[in-house]
Amino acid sequence: MLRILRQSLRIGAVTEAVEADPELAALGEQLRRGLESRFGRSLAIRQVDAGSCNGCELELRALTNPYYDIERFGVHFVASPRHADALLVTGPVSRHMEAALRATWRAAPAPKWVIAAGSCACDGGEFGVSYASCGAVENLLPVDLRIPGCPPSPLALIRGLLQLLQSARPANP
Amino acid sequence: MSDAGLDRYLEALRECGATPLAVDRGGSAPGRRILLDAQDWAHAAAAAAAAGCRHAGIWGDEEEDGELRLHACFELHGDHLLATTQLPAARPEAASHAPWFPGVERLERHARDLLGLSFFAHPDPRRWTRHQAWRADCFPLRQAFAEADCRPPRARPDSQYPFAAIQGRELCEIPVGPVHAGIIEPGHFRFQAVGEEILRLEARLGYTHKGVERLARGRDPAGLARLAGRVSGDSTVAHAWAACQAMERAAGCTVPPRALALRALLAERERIGAHLGDIGEICNDVAFAFAHSQCARLREGWLRRNAELFGHRLLMDLVVPGGVARDLDAAAAALLRADQAALRRAIAPVFAVIADHPSLDDRLIGAGVLRTEDARALGCTGPVARASGLGFDLRRDSPYPPYDRHRPEPVVRSEGDVAARVGVRMGEIAVALDLLDDLLDALPEGPAAAPFAPPAGGAGLGLVEGWRGEILCFVRFDGAGRIARFFPRDPSWFHWPALERLIAGNIVPDFPVCNKSVNGSYSGVDL
Repeated sequence: MLRILRQSLRIGAVTEAVEADPELAALGEQLRRGLESRFGRSLAIRQVDAGSCNGCELELRALTNPYYDIERFGVHFVASPRHADALLVTGPVSRHMEAALRATWRAAPAPKWVIAAGSCACDGGEFGVSYASCGAVENLLPVDLRIPGCPPSPLALIRGLLQLLQSARPANP
Repeated sequence: MSDAGLDRYLEALRECGATPLAVDRGGSAPGRRILLDAQDWAHAAAAAAAAGCRHAGIWGDEEEDGELRLHACFELHGDHLLATTQLPAARPEAASHAPWFPGVERLERHARDLLGLSFFAHPDPRRWTRHQAWRADCFPLRQAFAEADCRPPRARPDSQYPFAAIQGRELCEIPVGPVHAGIIEPGHFRFQAVGEEILRLEARLGYTHKGVERLARGRDPAGLARLAGRVSGDSTVAHAWAACQAMERAAGCTVPPRALALRALLAERERIGAHLGDIGEICNDVAFAFAHSQCARLREGWLRRNAELFGHRLLMDLVVPGGVARDLDAAAAALLRADQAALRRAIAPVFAVIADHPSLDDRLIGAGVLRTEDARALGCTGPVARASGLGFDLRRDSPYPPYDRHRPEPVVRSEGDVAARVGVRMGEIAVALDLLDDLLDALPEGPAAAPFAPPAGGAGLGLVEGWRGEILCFVRFDGAGRIARFFPRDPSWFHWPALERLIAGNIVPDFPVCNKSVNGSYSGVDL
């Protein structure tokens, strides 16, 4: 226990202040206002890997590390689509995940947003459309926001999420 | 394979009553090849088992003239042998290798689903990679595959897949996935449990199948390297290196020493980043948040340095045919050296806690034990095998340059439990840090890439020790210098069956930590 306390005290908090980045600070303020008015102060996201190479998942997991700590903005990754305001989909949608992705989308209560994260989800990326792949998420579901990148960095993901709050209402409530 | 090893294999083959059609002893590893009659395909496996080989994978290839070839790779004491047979196009059938090597069972089903090969005496008639996205009588890797005729407009869920059933009172079946509760890849797990105790686990994967092997066809070498880097994004360096190594061997391209050293530097950085993430997340799965946040903090710093010096946090697209895409200047090398020293200091207090903390010990020691004989029977490699007493490591046992001059000593534990897999990862980070120091100290001068001219025809085999274990990669060029066949075999093919074995007798709530301690790639096997 003492070793843990010593290490925790020595390292302290590494979470980065949004003020360090003026753009992020401005967006952060909008995010807070957006969350308060539209989402009851928090945004619940159900992440769905619909066929990604797992690169996007690594960067999404990084969002919860002590540097970014995305929960401080009121953004939570939730276990069930029933609890979600938004689906965040990665990967080209493999045809084997087509049915599961549709079912997850149906399970999320309206109004709901769909975020396509990563180049594959935005436009099919390296994999495109084939016998095994449906390509972009928008080929299956109405998409409200695209966050390109292979994979998008944690900062790009945060910027993208903040942008989502500026959009008035989902494409398909 | 060494001459002694090959002689031992040939002797075993003779004892089975089989005579090879041709034996190619020439060339450097893995240049040893053996051509067999299709009738003798069972003997190829029987002899390999008798000689004490590990089965490193099996895959098919339809060549442009319609000839179907089946390849298998065996490893003995670090030497590899590629066995090949030609199958009659009218009846592409061969004996299954699964009766001798249970680990290749799903690789054969994959070849069946994608190429239409059949394997007699195969223990499992069910589909594997194919769900309902294309018809059972259509084979995507055949030249004749007509996509329009084979795919229904909308793929139905594969809800009729016949899972093995156990009958019994008080037995319950728990279906999990494909969409999981966390930020992880999709797959389905079917548990049969009595109360909390797992009697049996069956994995059903293939959900992220995106047609990598067909997509590779017709690509140029640079395009293949890019695709290989996305077979499993968390092993982008290792897969891209394996694919480039295969292409370079096929082309006879000599990669400059500086490029090889930089590739190893990237691969060891990838290993450290992945292990840091895994150790933290294993601890997180037993709610030990301290270690999770400390490891995540260290990993983040490591990835930021990747972005700063190499332009990509995960190091994608840096290994290219002929070398690497970015060189390192002296200032960058000094930064890396300082980073390595800092990480060595930073992990010491954190790993000291992880290695000896009562609440972790209580959950990790004795959980998910993979017995040595199971790891060996299935052909496991990497930290999963090394935690179960199998010390194999390509970097030591089959050292491809630059590891011929920087041979790491594998970290081996014998317990085979989750704690051992954590321990191996912690040890491997320390070894990789030493390797990085050595690589930087001895960084050769010269160019960071050589021009790569694709060959007209010819094939090569790439073998790289990724952080998960041995990656095997087969690449064949067509007459125009384009890719005709690409088959990347991630070590996860053997680790998923290992998970099914090691989980038996554990309780359902321990599945996440056991799963994470193995950390198989879904995308890497779904292809």
